[in-house]
Amino acid sequence: MLELQNVWKSYRVGALGSKKLTAVRDVSFSVSRGEVLSVVGESGSGKSTIGKMVLQLIPPTRGAVRLDGREVTARRHSDRKAYYRRVQGVFQDPFSSYNPIFKADRVFDAVRESFFPGLKRAEWQDKVDRSLTSVGLEPGAVLRKYPHQLSGGQLQRMLIARALLLDIELLVADEIISMLDASTRIDVLNLLGALKERGLGVLFVTHDLSLANYISERVIIMRHGAVVEMGATGKVFGDPRHPYSRNLLASVPQLHRKWSDAATEFEDLEPDGDREADPAPLARVGADHWVAAAA
Amino acid sequence: MALEVEDLRVHYRTLRGDVRALDGVSFGLADGEIMGLAGESGCGKTTLGKSLIRLDGRMRHVGGRAVLDGGELPIADDKAMNRRRYRDVSIIPQYSMSAMNPTRKIGKLTADLLRAKGESFRELRPELVRRLELVGLSEQVLDNYPIELSGGMKQRMVMVLSTLLDPSLLIADEVTSALDVSNQKAVAETLVRFRELGFVKSMVVVTHDLSLVYQIADSIMIMYAGRIVEKGPADTIINAPRHPYTRALIEALPEVGLEYGDRRLKSIPGKPPQLLNPPTGCRFRDRCELAHDRCIEDPPAVDLAPDHTASCWKVVD
Ligand SMILES: Nc1ncnc2c1ncn2[C@@H]1O[C@H](COP(=O)(O)OP(=O)(O)OP(=O)(O)O)[C@@H](O)[C@H]1O
Ligand SMILES: Nc1ncnc2c1ncn2[C@@H]1O[C@H](COP(=O)(O)OP(=O)(O)OP(=O)(O)O)[C@@H](O)[C@H]1O
Ligand code: SF4
Ligand SMILES: [Mg+2]
Ligand SMILES: [Mg+2]
Repeated sequence: MLELQNVWKSYRVGALGSKKLTAVRDVSFSVSRGEVLSVVGESGSGKSTIGKMVLQLIPPTRGAVRLDGREVTARRHSDRKAYYRRVQGVFQDPFSSYNPIFKADRVFDAVRESFFPGLKRAEWQDKVDRSLTSVGLEPGAVLRKYPHQLSGGQLQRMLIARALLLDIELLVADEIISMLDASTRIDVLNLLGALKERGLGVLFVTHDLSLANYISERVIIMRHGAVVEMGATGKVFGDPRHPYSRNLLASVPQLHRKWSDAATEFEDLEPDGDREADPAPLARVGADHWVAAAA
Repeated sequence: MALEVEDLRVHYRTLRGDVRALDGVSFGLADGEIMGLAGESGCGKTTLGKSLIRLDGRMRHVGGRAVLDGGELPIADDKAMNRRRYRDVSIIPQYSMSAMNPTRKIGKLTADLLRAKGESFRELRPELVRRLELVGLSEQVLDNYPIELSGGMKQRMVMVLSTLLDPSLLIADEVTSALDVSNQKAVAETLVRFRELGFVKSMVVVTHDLSLVYQIADSIMIMYAGRIVEKGPADTIINAPRHPYTRALIEALPEVGLEYGDRRLKSIPGKPPQLLNPPTGCRFRDRCELAHDRCIEDPPAVDLAPDHTASCWKVVD
């Protein structure tokens, strides 16, 4: 359903855009209906940038993002609206999605105006309440409040509830669980699990490798803007071939093993190089298992 | 004791009444103790951290007190707190990384901060640079814009800044939740190192990642709906918790290798009570498998060991 083909993205940074930062390098992958694809990797490796391109918040510098074979850079307002009826996103750092001077539930109003203008007040309210309840929120505790009156996890879940108001086909979920306690994380994940069984595709950006393993059939590991390893979750996590993947998995904190007990040997990694150069190509090392050549 | 908090009550004023975000919170922190603080989303962790630093306009100190190194913290008195803030108690707030002004270079941001505290950037610069190098950052970062640093670099930068004046207490509010696991590890280990080097005496590390904080914390405290339900040594809380909520929370942690298709993780059924007019008695009552008649009264905090306390009627007998 969703397909990225050789996508690159560069930002201009510094005074008057004097420097260029290439955040995403030659990334290709696809997400099918009913599939959760996890994207994990180094902080700053370009994961959110990919999510933003899929949501048409920023255009790719090169390459194509396609939904059902059609390129998604819609210019017309009506095309965009049609797109957002099918694709929604929830972003890392929930605070940035709210305007502090308006009540937090205003984020729902925009959805109503665009997509449900004809719905009766009571029906709409019922829809919102059900969506909130599905992410573990008590409507009475969160509605009619300003963003600063809600905790990080509450704000985060309101955004998930908003995305689920529409009967979407693809959800871009960028770190939607990092702000939640262990029990609420499970509620949100099992909700995604149920939605995926009904056909929802999810681009699931996360730092929690155990939960990525739990929820996704396939996974991508990123570093320095490029994919270093990808494939079936069991293969990639069970038999990581790239040294970065191995280091990452070795850092996962576990309850029955303290870091201090077993000093893990971390492998040396290639430093960040010329980001304009093509990244190391991916080679197939097994059925649905690809790895970038390590220098 | 570095910090002693007694029956602290801090509410948010709203038009519909008081939200009792901290409703009688008591605990102590020993010199050099790193305490992990966890609990459900919205239970009051950030409020507790803020209460020890700065009450915002809508927060009201309703009762109780906090004593730091033998002197009372003037929680309700913003001016008086200003002298203690940053110097004695410092905080790394939730989302501090994204709060950095993107159009100002890091060196400028630092100078602004120090000036606001009446300190001289010029005098502190050598120490700042020494500490940056200690966490693997070069002096060069002072010339960078925040966006040019990776999440892990930014977080280490914020850690150095917030402890530059060697505060006695540091509150770190979800400082690792936006980082990849390698950086989480590096940041967590840096916190320990800062204590070892005496940059900060004791710490409260607010987090949802119990398996991470377990790696570095001496003790763990669990909150639920504005109250503390259990505090004990990290090993005890993880391996032999006594409060039913703590047990349920630990059980909700995923085992490595589990898949949705094979077996479902189970969350704690139900929701926490609202903090506006919360019910009397134990707040976990509606969700607790062990709830009984007595639980409509507030459970006492029971000392199970000299450093282990749980607030539950079932641990009484
Ligand atoms: N608007 C922007 N302008 C300039 N540079 C940017 C912008 N947004 C992101 N970047 C840079 O692009 C790179 C990739 O950022 P991105 O947010 O996509 O990473 P990420 O993988 O999501 O990281 P994290 O795990 O920390 O969320 C980073 O170096 C970041 O500083
Ligand atoms: N200004 C405010 N006015 C009213 N209620 C507030 C205000 N700020 C916070 N609250 C409420 O107080 C409670 C505690 O919030 P707090 O931010 O301390 O939670 P938290 O434990 O840090 O949650 P999280 O894990 O999601 O960050 C929440 O239920 C929240 O809705
Ligand atoms: S006091 Fe009662 S309801 Fe509360 S945790 Fe203990 S047994 Fe459960
Ligand atoms: Mg990101
Ligand atoms: Mg918080």
